Parts: sequence; C-alpha cells; structure tokens
Amino acid sequence: MALLELKNLHVALEDGTEIVKGVDLGISPGEVHAVMGPNGSGKSTLAYALMGHPAYEITEGQILFDGEDLTEAGADERAQKGLFLAFQYPHAIPGVTVTSFLRSAINAIRKARNGGADDPVAVKEFRTDLLAAMDRLKVPRELAQRYLNEGFSGGEKKRVEILQMAMLKPRIAVLDETDSGLDIDALKIVAGGVKELVGPEMGALVTTHYQRILNYIKPDFVHVFVDGRIVEEGGPELAHKLEAEGYEAFLPKQEKEAVS
Amino acid sequence: MAQSETEVVQGIGSDYEVKYGFSNPDEAKDYFFKSGRGLNHEIVDAISSHKNEPDWMRKFRHKSLDYFLARPLPQWGGNLNDIDFENIYYYIRPTEKQADSWEDLPADIKDTWDKLGIPEAEKKYLAGVGAQYESEVVYHKLRESLEKQGVIFLDMDSALREHEDLVKQYFGTIIPQNDNKFAALNSAVWSGGSFIYVPPGVKVEMPLQAYFRINAENMGQFERTLILVDEGAYVHYVEGCTAPIYTSDSLHSAVVEIVVKKDARCRYTTIQNWSTNVYNLVTKRAVAYEGATMEWVDGNLGSKLTMKYPAIWLLGERAHGEVLSIAFAGKGQHQDAGGKAVHVAPRTSSVITSKSISKNGGRAGYRGLLEVAKGAHGAKSKVVCDALILDDESRSDTYPYIRIDESDVDIGHEATVSKIGEEQLFYLMSRGLSEAEASALIVSGFVEPITKELPLEYAVEMNRLIQLQMEGSVG
Repeated sequence: MALLELKNLHVALEDGTEIVKGVDLGISPGEVHAVMGPNGSGKSTLAYALMGHPAYEITEGQILFDGEDLTEAGADERAQKGLFLAFQYPHAIPGVTVTSFLRSAINAIRKARNGGADDPVAVKEFRTDLLAAMDRLKVPRELAQRYLNEGFSGGEKKRVEILQMAMLKPRIAVLDETDSGLDIDALKIVAGGVKELVGPEMGALVTTHYQRILNYIKPDFVHVFVDGRIVEEGGPELAHKLEAEGYEAFLPKQEKEAVS
Repeated sequence: MAQSETEVVQGIGSDYEVKYGFSNPDEAKDYFFKSGRGLNHEIVDAISSHKNEPDWMRKFRHKSLDYFLARPLPQWGGNLNDIDFENIYYYIRPTEKQADSWEDLPADIKDTWDKLGIPEAEKKYLAGVGAQYESEVVYHKLRESLEKQGVIFLDMDSALREHEDLVKQYFGTIIPQNDNKFAALNSAVWSGGSFIYVPPGVKVEMPLQAYFRINAENMGQFERTLILVDEGAYVHYVEGCTAPIYTSDSLHSAVVEIVVKKDARCRYTTIQNWSTNVYNLVTKRAVAYEGATMEWVDGNLGSKLTMKYPAIWLLGERAHGEVLSIAFAGKGQHQDAGGKAVHVAPRTSSVITSKSISKNGGRAGYRGLLEVAKGAHGAKSKVVCDALILDDESRSDTYPYIRIDESDVDIGHEATVSKIGEEQLFYLMSRGLSEAEASALIVSGFVEPITKELPLEYAVEMNRLIQLQMEGSVG
C-alpha cells in the first residue's frame, strides 16, 4: 500500500459543482508522480482538496495517509502528518518574516508530534538548518528577514515555497503548477530542490500543464488528467507523447469536435 | 476544533485571572488610609491634608473639583453613562511609607510585584522603577549612576515636597485643569504617578518604568505624571498596568504632561492591560521645542472602555512627533484610541500610525486630530490607520479630524480595513499551524510595524499579551 492513497476521490465546489470525478492514485516516498492536464481540468482543485482547503468538499471517496483516513482532517492536521502543498500563488503575510514564519510552522508541527506539548526547536539548530537550506536552494539570505511573500517576485515566491518544503521535511509534497511563471534558471533551481528532497523520506506529486518542468524533475509516473479524471497512465515517455501530440486525443468527444 | 463562545471567554478570563487577576483581600484594616466612597470637597481636602500639601495645590484641587462637577459627561467616544461616581473610592493609601527595597513592603504587596515580575525586570534591564499600588507609589528606586548625573525620578507626591518650584512651574500648564472633565477629575484627586527631570545632555540609556496596580474593588486610580527632558537629553519611560477582575467597575483616570526641550528626545511607552471592568480615561499631552522629538508608543489591550489620544504640540521649528498606537478590543471591550499632532512651528513633522484589532464583538477604533496652524509652513504629516476585524460581530471605527490653516504643507492620510482571509488562513494552516495559531501569527504581523519599535523585552511582552487575547478566539 502506498503512503498516500486517493480512493475514488470526488471533489465539489461549495455550490455543488463536481470538479474531481473519481481519482485513484497512490504515492510513496522515492516516487515522483506528474499529473498533467490542460487548464481547467481540475488539477489545482485536486491539489487543494488533498491539502484540506475548506472551500473544496470531498463528496465521495477517501484520502488515506499511512493507512489513516484524513478525508475529514483539517489542513493543519494533514501538514502535521507530513503532507505539504507548494502553492501556485502563495499568499503574502505582512509583518511576518520568512524566518519567524518558518520557526512558527516547525514548532507547530513539533508540538503536534509531541502530543500537544510545546517542543520548540533550538534556536541554533534552526538557524543552522535554515542557512544550509537557503544556500542549497540559492535563496538570497536577505529574503529570510523579509515579510513572507510580500513584494516577492514570482521566482522568489516559488523558491521560498521549496525552502519551506526543505525545512518542514514532509513525506509527501504536492507541487501545484510550480513551473508557472518561472524562467528557465529559476525552474532549474526549483526543480533541483525538489529532486534533492525526493528519496527514501519523501515522494512528490507535481501538477503541470506543460512537459517543460519534467525535463528537470524526472517523473516515475505520469497521469493524464482531463475533466476531473485520470484518463491515461504511464511512465515518463507519456509526457513526451503529450508534448508532441497535445491533450486533444484525451478530450471528451464534444470538446474534441469543438477544438477541431 | 471549534470552541463555543463561552469557552473562549472563560479561557481568556481564566488566563488573565491566573496571570494578573489575583487580588489581595481588600479589608480597610490592611490599608494605612482609605477614604469613603464618593467625591466631594471634604474628600479632596482630606487627600490634600493627608499629603501635607502646600496651599496652592489644595486650592488647585478644589478648583479642579468645581470644574469636574460643572462639566457635563462627554457623549462622544464610548459610553460613560454607566460610571457610578458615587460608588468609587477616590483615595487609598496602602502603606505608611514608601520603600526603596522590595523586602520592606508588606508581604502581600511584595508578593503582587513578584507575581508581575517587576523586581526581576528591574535587575535585568531597567534604570529605575516606580510601583504604584492603589493611590500611592509604594516602591521607588533609581540607579545611583543616574542620580549622580542629576536625573530626578520620583513619585509625584515626593517631587512636590522635594522640588516644589520645578513642579509648580509646569504642573497643569500642558494640560490645564479644565481641559476636559477627566483631566479636571484627576487634577482634583490626583495621587502618585511619576516625576522625571533629565538634565541637559544626559541620555538615560535604559528605560525608566512605572507600574500601576489597582487591587481594591471600585477603586479609582488617578496618577499624575510630569516629565521634563532638558536640552539635548533623552529618556524612555515605560508604564504598565493591571488589575484584578471584579464584577463592578473601577476607574483609572491619569494625566500625563511632558516637556521636551530643544533637541531633546522623549519616548513614552504604555502597555495597558487593565482588567475588563476598568474605565480607562486618560489625558496625555507633550510639547516639543526646536529640533525635539516626542514619541508615544501606546498599546491598549485591556480595560472595559479606553478613551485616550496622546497628543503632541510641535512648538519649535523642526520638532518631530510620532504616535504609534495599538488597540485590541475583545468581548465587551471598547478601545477608542488614537493620537493628536498639532503643528504650530515651521518645518515640523509628525507621523501617526494606528493599528486596531477587534474580535468577539469588541470595538476598536482610531480617533485622531491633525492640525496645522497658520505659519507652520513646510509642515509634514502622515497618518496611517489600519484596522483588522477578526469576525462579523466586531467593529472598527475611524475618525480622522484634520484642520489645516497653512497652504505650504505636505499631508498624507491612509486608512485600511481588513479581515483575515480564508486563503491566508489556509496557507498558514497548510504549514501545520492551527487556526488559532495562524490567526495569532497574522495579528502579530499586523502590529509588527509597532512592536519592532519596542525594546526586545517589551516587544516580547506585547506579543505575549496579543497571543493571550487571541488564544482560542477562533471558533
């Protein structure tokens, strides 16, 4: 059994519109899964629902993490168990520096894992880890004292998302269209960071529209995602096929006609 | 995950109870002197006699009482109509003598200060401490090195005895006794508070702190503070205040007058954490002369109703004034806070930054005045007031009054009102923070532009109090 299991997952908006229409997926540490789909296929909804966004309701199916049912759990509990979402559009938190935010997050997770009793990380240990991670991910040191995502460029935001991932050490990371808005240099750094973290401790699920990021993060599994469903699965070669032929072959019949 | 409203309120109350809300038995026999309830000329006379005051001060008090009685109760700001002035004790003297060693205080009073951590703070980072319990300053001490440099830091009553001329010269000149109803009340029954004189060129590097504690039920505390910062000198004065939680009301009405002379600088920091049965009606005003800087850092977290608008009159060229105001209103609280800057001289500048937070039905607001007199050319001012409303029951108000009689000025005003967004919360919670922790982090970031101005110890204290207000606040 995979560490993260999605079983027949259905997700609807608050108004009842169903966006994700039955997804089965299993991810384990050491694996990179790519969910590839056109705009509007429901990739981001899937990512948000996995993390427990309150605006997306799971109407059917289950999310199992390490065998435990997290379908009803809040985002905080999921994060404490070891799930992570790198946001496509991370939010600014004015007045809270990257450093103090990271320390708060790490301490919240440590507290949860310590049965609810405070267990703050030692200042020196935290500082050493943070500086090392920043150097590895080529995050400029001055960013550590800036307010989280406030006035950050698109590239800075994505790098800081990966920095958070490196510091929080999740077991499964979901990267939601992390490649969007990145130039090649930034993409290489971000992809390098992900590659480095994937291993015996962590698996990753990357959602993307384009094959481009997959040149830098080699997926073990590619899932073609159209209209809320996985319509085709395969190895890395499937990504290349998609790049060459487009999503057209996978679109529902009426849409195919509309496109042609 | 969700907590009911009752649990939330009990949570906050019990935490305040443990940390600040304890009280010593309020038996008249424990006190050296306690006046009867209510206010009249006999009580005023008794206070003055008790203190052996000079005749001019006795007359000043009586006249002030006349002003107080003649003035109507303000009908703006907060609701003052429920104050029962006849039920208040206007003067309680807990001990016969002031101590300059904590050991010399009665055990229960010493215990109060220990619980509040004042002796420990004194050792670590303060240059001097005054500790007022009910109406009198029961402990007072200044580091010897500062005494040798001519710095005077006394309670107001001792200052009147030991430096009568200096007190007489300034007392009631910055805030006239008939300035407003509550300034008149304070002028009539004042007791305790601080007197500070910093000689020319002397820079007091560590803060001087006063701590105000109400212990008795239905207490009225009316401390009076006068700070004189001579040319080129610097001082940072910090005040803190707490009280036990009672079901009936107490009244705190202070007057603070400050003179900042040429090229001097004064910073006055308040961390107001009264229990939620205290009316906090305070008048604070500073005058700043040529090239001088006056800064009010005003944190209001406690009290039932606070009406307080620290003012700066910029009387000399290039004088600079700053007001940094934080107001946090929880259930049953109304914080009517703000600031005033009055530009009288050319090329003066002022900045007012206000951050208000309201939750659980609380009401917090900014009420401010910016005035530029004719002839104050080249005056610059910036007013920024930001409000954060944490739920739909809570309220925020902004009343920015602006009067400009000079055309050569540079004035900016910005106001924002925001709510904590679901997306921001989700982002933080996806990193493992609980909803309450996430909200608290957003709030601490919201007030960060002000807390970063505080010395580390006070920034920590302010953040801790905000956490306390936030705990369990999200249902």
